[in-house]
Amino acid sequence: MLKLNALLRDREGKSCELIEVLQDVQSAYNYLPEQVLRAVSAKLEVPLIEVFRVANFYKAFTLKPRGKHLLTVCMGTACHVRGAPKFLDEVLSQLNVSPGETTGDGEFTVETVNCLGACALGPIVVLDGKYYDHMTTGKLRNLIQAARKKSPKKRKKIKSNAQTTIC
Amino acid sequence: MLKLQSVREFKAFQVKRAEKEERLTTVILSSGTCGQAGGSLNIAEAFKKELKNRRLAKKIRLRITGCHGFCEQEPLLVIEPENIFYCRIKPKDVPEIVSGTLKQNKIIDRLLYSDPASKKKVAYERDIPFYKAQDRAVLGQNKLVDPCDINDYIAIGGYSALIKALTSMQPEEVIEEIKKSGLRGRGGGGFPTGMKWEFCRRAEGRPKYVVCNADEGDPGAYMDRSVLEGNPHAIIEGMLIGAYAIGAEHGYIYVRNEYPLAVEHSKIAIQQAEELGLIGENILGTDFSFDIKIARGGGAFICGESSALMASLAGLVGEPRPKDIHTTERGFMDLPTNLNNVETWANVPAIINNGASWFASKGTAASKGTKIFALTGKIRNTGLVEVPMGITLREIIYNIGGGGSNGKKIKAVQTGGPSGGCLPERLFHLPVDFEALTEAGSMVGSGGMVVMDEATCMVDVAKYFLKFLIDESCGKCVPCRIGLSRMLEIINDITEGKGTEEKLALLEDTAQTVALASLCALGKTAPNPVLSTIKYFRPEYEAHIEKKKCPAGVCRQLIHYSIDKTKCKSCGACFRACPHNAILVKAKIYNIIDENCQKCGICKEACKFQAVAVS
Repeated sequence: MLKLNALLRDREGKSCELIEVLQDVQSAYNYLPEQVLRAVSAKLEVPLIEVFRVANFYKAFTLKPRGKHLLTVCMGTACHVRGAPKFLDEVLSQLNVSPGETTGDGEFTVETVNCLGACALGPIVVLDGKYYDHMTTGKLRNLIQAARKKSPKKRKKIKSNAQTTIC
Repeated sequence: MLKLQSVREFKAFQVKRAEKEERLTTVILSSGTCGQAGGSLNIAEAFKKELKNRRLAKKIRLRITGCHGFCEQEPLLVIEPENIFYCRIKPKDVPEIVSGTLKQNKIIDRLLYSDPASKKKVAYERDIPFYKAQDRAVLGQNKLVDPCDINDYIAIGGYSALIKALTSMQPEEVIEEIKKSGLRGRGGGGFPTGMKWEFCRRAEGRPKYVVCNADEGDPGAYMDRSVLEGNPHAIIEGMLIGAYAIGAEHGYIYVRNEYPLAVEHSKIAIQQAEELGLIGENILGTDFSFDIKIARGGGAFICGESSALMASLAGLVGEPRPKDIHTTERGFMDLPTNLNNVETWANVPAIINNGASWFASKGTAASKGTKIFALTGKIRNTGLVEVPMGITLREIIYNIGGGGSNGKKIKAVQTGGPSGGCLPERLFHLPVDFEALTEAGSMVGSGGMVVMDEATCMVDVAKYFLKFLIDESCGKCVPCRIGLSRMLEIINDITEGKGTEEKLALLEDTAQTVALASLCALGKTAPNPVLSTIKYFRPEYEAHIEKKKCPAGVCRQLIHYSIDKTKCKSCGACFRACPHNAILVKAKIYNIIDENCQKCGICKEACKFQAVAVS
């Protein structure tokens, strides 16, 4: 809860900060734990039902813990016409999950994103923050198998530590 | 950094910065998201090490910039003032670049760009056909500045448009200038910017807000990311000028969280501008005060719509509202709010600096200036291109884009994202301006151009956009929520070989109803991909319905994989690659077992002899 107190500092009663707070919670905990949402609701003075409504509405938020590895498959138009659906189906059947779900062993969470804005490199997937370009079904299978063998690397993704404030 | 207290102090500061920049040999490394994905950060490290080891760090500047637009050739760099262009570089090339090119002026042949048309190597950036045909008024600045260093932007004349507005123009004159320039919203709507500012200036209520829409949700469009990542101060300066003209006190940049680099760079830019006194109370000693904050989007496409964006900014679910009262009167917190897109804001400083007539001299009668397009899909030169409005689709796709990739014939271009449509090759003579593309059933939109070739199924493309829009519909109004789902059911049937002519007619009818009755622009334009593909590619729909065939070989239920015995060399690559045990080998003859085949295409990828056929 220490992390949470830091996140909520100076935001008491500021209901319009809700999305920013949830963004910070998501990046600190990797998902939105119910207990934390209750605390957010109380601090920001937003009804719990509204907190859940917002948490459900926006794609950036997940209510379930993510797996050790996060695999994001870009489903933008440019990736689509270059064959992204074919390998998405393959990875889903291989891991036996639906988009947004985590494998039973807690290893992989597969998510889709509507566009990463890196269309020149498509089809593109992001595994644990690292971009892999010009993917094919075969390459992706190898990538997943390699990730299974290794423990998760430190995420390279550019993270912003500074809080932003609204209102 | 010292806070600048007056316009005079700023001008002196600017002169100093510009002098410092002059004639230093500079290695400009493109390092936007695409560049970084291609490994540009490792190259930057290699350069820093090499320059330090050779004691050149003070003589040669390494400038790490945003995206230059030629994404296909990333990672790339330009050496100035010579203008030498190297592409697809690797960290191991760096020592040779430093010792050969930088120290001895030797051009390294293997790192040069090879023009596929003439098959010749091109040494200088200015001679590359991809750049030559463009007019890079906005995008060209990316190369000139390190986005994390405000000094660079100031050195190239940055913030002088703000000074001009603050010291020599009344707010009304600024609005008049923007109106005269003919600048129209670059985010998709094409609404005249000056007029919007005027509405907001006249609206009653305080405080007023100015918002930059960087929630670039259109898949296949990434120019806003590139400009915000590469030149955030141009947007900040544009917003400051807008705020001065409108009389706004507060500003927000609403940016997609899927663009971490854009979030980071805009944060740094705001902080540096604040430290220098270009944002905040009494800017440069004038009466004008303005602040800017960043709000990160939650990954909802609908939040690109103005009223939904403002709801999201207030911490609410991003649902649009009817627009009988415009957001310029009652927007964020029910107060007058002026929302413009990233590219629109980035155009403002140059208009103020160079005058309305400079901007209006480019483009067509009703669509002025330049526009950035994201050229993607089955095209040779993928990247961001900036061209004057009114240039034809053919010029963009063939002259700049270099035509189809893999030598396949281009069939169509999809413009305007999920709100736009697909235009066939025979309409490539159309000029890209707001009206011409809308009349043809598509739109300029935010500037995505996804090129499609004969291996792209147009029914599948329509299905893709429908799925996207169903996923992104906020669900508030019935025509959009229910109508799109009914449309998808019909399209699904068609792609599975269960379609009928009657259902196709029903699809068109439903599409028109959704367009007429939906609440916001998402629903109103949602049928465009379906209607435009039916209009221009009806034979493809008919092939799916009557012949139960997918001519492009995409729709899985209608295709069949087999091994062409005449091409098969019995190497066994397909057999080893197939994860579904769908390949049977008997006496060195390979066959696909239909019951096991999942049509995943791995065997086709694995085969070096093109022996796996799709029919």
